[in-house]
Amino acid sequence: MTKLDRQTPPQFNGVENINLIHPESSVLKNGCKIFTFNSGGQDLVRIEWIFQNSRFEPKKPLLNVAVNTMLTDGTSKLTAAQIADKIDFYGAFLQVDYSYDHSQVTLFTLTKHLQATLPVVKDILTDSIFPEKELETFVRNQQQKLQVSLQKNDFVARREFNKALYGETIYGLAAQPEDFQSLKREDLLTNFKQMYQPGNCNIIIAGKADPQILEAVTATFEGAWGEVTTPADTTQPDLQPSAQRFIYIEKAGALQSAIRIGTPLINRTHPDFPGMQVLNTVLGGYFGSRLMANIREDKGYTYGIGSGMSSFKQTGSFFIASEVGADVCKAAVSEIEKEVTLLKTDLIPEEELSLVRNFMLGSLLGSLENVMSHADKFKNLYFAGLDYDYYERYTQTVKNITAEELKALANKYLNFDNFYKVIVGKY
Amino acid sequence: MVKFNRFTLDNGLRVIVHEDNTTPMAVLNILYDVGARDEDPGQTGFAHLFEHLMFGGSVNIPNYDGPLQRVGGENNAFTSNDITNYYITLPSANLETAFWLESDRMLSLAFSEKSLEVQRNVVIEEFKQRYLNQPYGDVWLKLRPMVYKKHPYRWATIGKTIKHIEDAKIEDVKAFFKKHYNPQNAIMVVGGDVKTDDIKAMAEKWFGPIPAGDKYIRNLPQEPAQNDERRETVTAKVPLNDVYIAFQMEGRLDDSYYAVELMSDILSRGNSSRLYRSLVKDKPLFSEVHAYITGSLDTGMFVLEGKPLEGVSIEQAEQALWQEVEKLKTEDVPADELTKVKNKTESTLVFSEMSLLDKAMNLAFYELMGNAGNFNHESERFLAVTAQQIKEHANLIFRKENSSTLVYLAQAVEASEAELTEIEN
Repeated sequence: MTKLDRQTPPQFNGVENINLIHPESSVLKNGCKIFTFNSGGQDLVRIEWIFQNSRFEPKKPLLNVAVNTMLTDGTSKLTAAQIADKIDFYGAFLQVDYSYDHSQVTLFTLTKHLQATLPVVKDILTDSIFPEKELETFVRNQQQKLQVSLQKNDFVARREFNKALYGETIYGLAAQPEDFQSLKREDLLTNFKQMYQPGNCNIIIAGKADPQILEAVTATFEGAWGEVTTPADTTQPDLQPSAQRFIYIEKAGALQSAIRIGTPLINRTHPDFPGMQVLNTVLGGYFGSRLMANIREDKGYTYGIGSGMSSFKQTGSFFIASEVGADVCKAAVSEIEKEVTLLKTDLIPEEELSLVRNFMLGSLLGSLENVMSHADKFKNLYFAGLDYDYYERYTQTVKNITAEELKALANKYLNFDNFYKVIVGKY
Repeated sequence: MVKFNRFTLDNGLRVIVHEDNTTPMAVLNILYDVGARDEDPGQTGFAHLFEHLMFGGSVNIPNYDGPLQRVGGENNAFTSNDITNYYITLPSANLETAFWLESDRMLSLAFSEKSLEVQRNVVIEEFKQRYLNQPYGDVWLKLRPMVYKKHPYRWATIGKTIKHIEDAKIEDVKAFFKKHYNPQNAIMVVGGDVKTDDIKAMAEKWFGPIPAGDKYIRNLPQEPAQNDERRETVTAKVPLNDVYIAFQMEGRLDDSYYAVELMSDILSRGNSSRLYRSLVKDKPLFSEVHAYITGSLDTGMFVLEGKPLEGVSIEQAEQALWQEVEKLKTEDVPADELTKVKNKTESTLVFSEMSLLDKAMNLAFYELMGNAGNFNHESERFLAVTAQQIKEHANLIFRKENSSTLVYLAQAVEASEAELTEIEN
């Protein structure tokens, strides 16, 4: 018997094909769109109702988020308590989620309980009344939560960064506890009626979505809304980037400093986006990235450091974030600068680049864990106005982009001197 | 229903295979039967520090992460007071790379001084980030030693103090490895797009030659039943007051676990739960309030926690929490309410089967508790709980002399954020 060779890695295969499940789509008479991903498997289903956010009003900065969060707080037929009882009794989960571009309601339920839980969602999406007493509770509790969050350096750094990049817009919002006081029930009602309309609604069904499921959703929401008046205004004010590029918030006695450094960037619709994702992965997008290797694994300055890209309807951004020992904050920033500069001056060695290619493809394959993940991929495309060709382009770029092209991208987009730099803690 | 096959290698390594052909991926999960409870009281935080060192290169492979990323894989690990768990997900066609990497670090580590030095720093930064530099971050450092006087659960996984991590020596690392990291103390689960026969062959090939090592016999001091009311008040740089009341409860393997977990759901799961309904909504005394259990293998903790609203005194807040648990002691939980928490538990178990990694981790943990197959009988255990059992256990747990109360008082006004803000160019 030959001795086992433990030094040489086993043979491996590249990821060749990534098959994405495409949805069946249908449109209700009232304009509401439905996309269905049917997988079979466990007898459960996830249904999302997704609405584009209505236009941001700087004087009422918390309106969108308050309306979304309070959707489960009462309708003219059901109190908040009754809504909760009903959903919990059937072992379902009803979530509301607010993000920069969208507000949504998500129902997770066993398919056998859909008939009982679906009417609750219909009720909250068409007939929420935002009771005064619930609004008081919301304001009180959110104020307290925000007070706690404001003590966390990474939370403050993220807010300051967004405020600097985007100004008084939906993306740059940095509410203070007292802003919650300005919420008025009438404003919530108006916003709700204006935004939660069938023409502004996309329903995404994923799971064991047999034809009966689609029929039930269709029947429930076809006649759910009354006469549609004016379409929802989902345009947004222009971004207002700050002229200040260095923002330091000192926290006496801080043991660590939160660092957030970055710049506005193209979003997913731009042809350079997939290439920038490769570059981002090399720099700080995985455990073995350059930032982790240098600042955590070599210097031990931090528990974690990474870079990322966000893609929104109106804009995108690129950022590097970490919490580092207060005494090594300056050193960490200068190492970050070194790593960014290196991408512009030196070609990424093929050995490293091929690793990143394989990692990214494996990671894409691994992110498709179940039918809900396929629906999530679709949302990335659909809300950016892209089609499935995007993932074809993405995988081709990951497989084929050259070190020269990546260096050119770094020079085109990454100018460290122009980056916004936010430090919260000690510097 | 999660189906699986099971076999044991001659060196004692237990292997479980879960075939799931709905995915092109595979998972390799290894649970080592060692946690912070197995540490020396003078060297706490060691199991977790050691977990970091497991990524610092093994005897034949200098770099752990690189070769895995090169084949499209990802990995991570966690340490708790009871166990240390490592996992890899990767395209199933490249599963052998996971066997190669995991078997080499079970065989032996590289024990590099540089890796120890760096990971000491990384863990110290983790200590600061998660426990010291966050409001209320140090709660477990304070609460554990109140609830536990004898059992090693009295320290948190991260360790009692940063000093213990600073003092870690390479000889300690070697001794810890020898004692705990061998096939007899491990359970491996392979799941996803795999075939049991292939896994048998690969397991024999890569793990078969590893020496069995010595079996670690756990002999920990068990926590004596508590018979005195414990209380501590700290004034801290936190924005709001916060009240924690922790009770001792039986360990995870006790039959009472199912009734007690449902009891915590009745108090605190979802917006229809009792604490939220009565203390946040109807009679607003708290901005948030929770009840949960730790699920520890030895004596566990049942914790009530709430942040009182401004103007609500600590006494009022505590009294309100006690009133709610008193109800559980004297009144039967109505049938509908009991059905509700059972339904929720049942659907959560179904949802957890959507995730391959969750399934693999669960199989490993249930095997550690005695039998991976019990995972498929959890629903039945919960469904069998009666209102009478809940009342019984409420009476056993919610007693003053079984309580440890920790109160955070917010320090008087500090300078506001605006005053400390400087903007430079």
